[in-house]
Amino acid sequence: MGNKVLMKGTEAIGEAAMRANCQCFFGYPITPQTEVAAYMAKKMPALGRVFVQAESEIAAIHMVYGAAGTGVRCMTSSSSPGISLMSEGISYIAGAELPCLIVNIVRGGPGLGSIQAAQSDYFQATKGGGHGDYNMPVFAPSSVQEMIDLIQEAFDVADEYRTPCMIMGDGMLGQMMEPVEFLDRQPRKLPNKDWAATGLLGRKTHNVINSLFLAPEELEQHNTHLQEKYKIIKENEVRYELFDCDRENDLILVAYGTTSRICKNVIRSAEREGILLGLVRPITLWPFPTKAFEETVHHTRFGYLTVEMSAGQMVEDVQLAVNGRAPIGFYGRTGGMVPHPDDILATVKQMVHEGVQVWH
Amino acid sequence: MASQEIVFAGFGGQGILSMGKFLAYAGMDAHLNVSWLPSYGPEMRGGTANCHVILTDETIGSPVVTRATSLLVMNGPSLDKFEHTLVPGGLLILDSDLVNRTAARTDIEVLHIPAQTLAEQLGSKKAANMILLGALVKRTGIVSLEILLQSVHEHGKATFFEANKKAIEMGAGMIPQLTH
Amino acid sequence: MALTFAKPKALTDTPTHYCPGCTHGLIHRLIAEVIDELGVLDKTIGVAPVGCSVLAYDYFAADMFEASHGRAPAVATGIKRAKPESVVFTYQGDGDLAAIGTAEVVHAATRGEKITTVFVNNAIYGMTGGQMAPTTLPGQVTETTPYGRDTQQAGFPIRVSEMIATLDGACYVERVSVDSVKNVLKAKKAIKKAFEYQLAGKGFSLVEVLSTCPTNWGLSPTEALGWLRDNMMPYYSLGVKKDIAAEVK
Repeated sequence: MGNKVLMKGTEAIGEAAMRANCQCFFGYPITPQTEVAAYMAKKMPALGRVFVQAESEIAAIHMVYGAAGTGVRCMTSSSSPGISLMSEGISYIAGAELPCLIVNIVRGGPGLGSIQAAQSDYFQATKGGGHGDYNMPVFAPSSVQEMIDLIQEAFDVADEYRTPCMIMGDGMLGQMMEPVEFLDRQPRKLPNKDWAATGLLGRKTHNVINSLFLAPEELEQHNTHLQEKYKIIKENEVRYELFDCDRENDLILVAYGTTSRICKNVIRSAEREGILLGLVRPITLWPFPTKAFEETVHHTRFGYLTVEMSAGQMVEDVQLAVNGRAPIGFYGRTGGMVPHPDDILATVKQMVHEGVQVWH
Repeated sequence: MASQEIVFAGFGGQGILSMGKFLAYAGMDAHLNVSWLPSYGPEMRGGTANCHVILTDETIGSPVVTRATSLLVMNGPSLDKFEHTLVPGGLLILDSDLVNRTAARTDIEVLHIPAQTLAEQLGSKKAANMILLGALVKRTGIVSLEILLQSVHEHGKATFFEANKKAIEMGAGMIPQLTH
Repeated sequence: MALTFAKPKALTDTPTHYCPGCTHGLIHRLIAEVIDELGVLDKTIGVAPVGCSVLAYDYFAADMFEASHGRAPAVATGIKRAKPESVVFTYQGDGDLAAIGTAEVVHAATRGEKITTVFVNNAIYGMTGGQMAPTTLPGQVTETTPYGRDTQQAGFPIRVSEMIATLDGACYVERVSVDSVKNVLKAKKAIKKAFEYQLAGKGFSLVEVLSTCPTNWGLSPTEALGWLRDNMMPYYSLGVKKDIAAEVK
């Protein structure tokens, strides 16, 4: 029966982070991811590591700023409204180039919204969220196992590029249990953190963790540096899955996370009705896998159908990637409603049989 | 194709979530793809509990069960809430000691099991959930009883294993007489 | 020739940007002297705020962080928890600590974080040009209280030291002033004690320093010192507000 264990998404996040040598966890309770904090509170002290329940998400992310600035691996976890509060700190962390992990188990919004699964924080995660010209790698797992694998990877990417990384799941991935396996993996060769503010400890010049550059020339130079870094990340760290795209398809679905799982079921049921579908599944939402569309745009008769648990936030990136070369439809549910395979299939049929560009 | 999408529902404290977990473990040990999704948030504070469990040899899409092949309920409100989610021909198992009506649907199979009474005969009302689980597994055949027992042995508390085993076997033993 | 006066090792050579007569430079120096005297420069990590002292990270020779507005105690918590062997201090003004950062300082204190906060209270927002601070006195004229702070409309000043002293996690809280040589020496003593308590692992320590802002008060540096004495000291009484060592005795 192997080494598989049945694990809840939120607990898998904690376990994976600990195995990735996360030394500090700072968090604030919010449904549907509070079990991450509970898991860390239970397990971290025994390892001599740090767990602090902060007074707010604002404080939690700034504790991350402090700990990350000393060079230790650290993280926080929250859900949509909490991530809004953290956005200030994330901007500072991006500006000061500190490696850390932020987990967002997305719930319905805007406002207090709901506590059910949603994907409506796509813009916030990929287009900024906080102020200023910054991006951060955003990983979108579609299973508890992939969440585990990507958490370890995200910590490495954070360290390699000195950047915050986000794992973006949804309430469903957080709450569900699936069989998982913790496999030994080769960590990347990572640069020394000689920039960290650890106390001088014999060093001649002081290290400063900072995102303030009062002289416009200096800030522009800093921003140019950040943009160059983002360019390298775009070249090296894009991840996506092409599912059933090695054939001439009638239509290609585009979906990530929980909705991509549902789309895979739709592909099977469409086959039974004689409709061939593929799936482009972005695993990194930023950088967005534009390349996946280069590879598939000439192998779909009726273009793409983007499926999301939002009002269509990812569609803009799909449009940019497709660049007018194919029609793009959209099917989405919001508020914590989960797209049903039959409803997706009905939309597929509209596009394939009637040749219309659908926007639901 | 072996596939079951099951909703377990009742009051908190009846072992609804753990019943689902044991089945998910058994599915995993039987090399099926499995998912287990609990209700969460304020919904849980009202005293009700439910979980959605999928066992299949196909890929699991959404872990939310919207069209259940089986429904196992341990109180009246749960039957009201979930009866309509059963697919035609689906299986409804209810604890007839706690649910004081039968199904409104006529296109489903219904098993009435007085699980509280039976559990008392075994010495503990707490075993009612395992009696119902035994019946569910036996009737659907989604996993074998042996694998279920093995999973309960491996993932449950050792002190409860013998009692759980008796309850599961008792529930499974009900099936021939209930289904002729 | 004997050297009688030298810059502390804990300060850099960078000239400060502070206005003439501002007491920030002096308070920096007191902290730096304490760091030198305790011999902890090598393991000290400071956190600068947002406000006039935003560039403090350029002036202290220790490793430094620049925090976002009000969050210095949270940042310091992260640092100290990650590096418990280090000496961590925050340097914060009244807007930073007592308005936008109230939650962070209160909770760092009540958690008993083993950090030291130097809280500079000059009763006004300096960097943004003289607006009302949470510590602006009743009747005090600022850019945003042009007719004087009306407590019916703008509420009352916060006595931070007294508030923090109520928290069990705080081990040492004292309010000092830098209006006179005598008080400057007392201020240094208090800052040193706060660092010593941190080194002894006793808990959260805070020293509130009453200071001046001649520019935004519209006074000469000497007049400003007089205004502090005449107006601030009666409202914000000097002295030890909490000392767990004294309580034990």
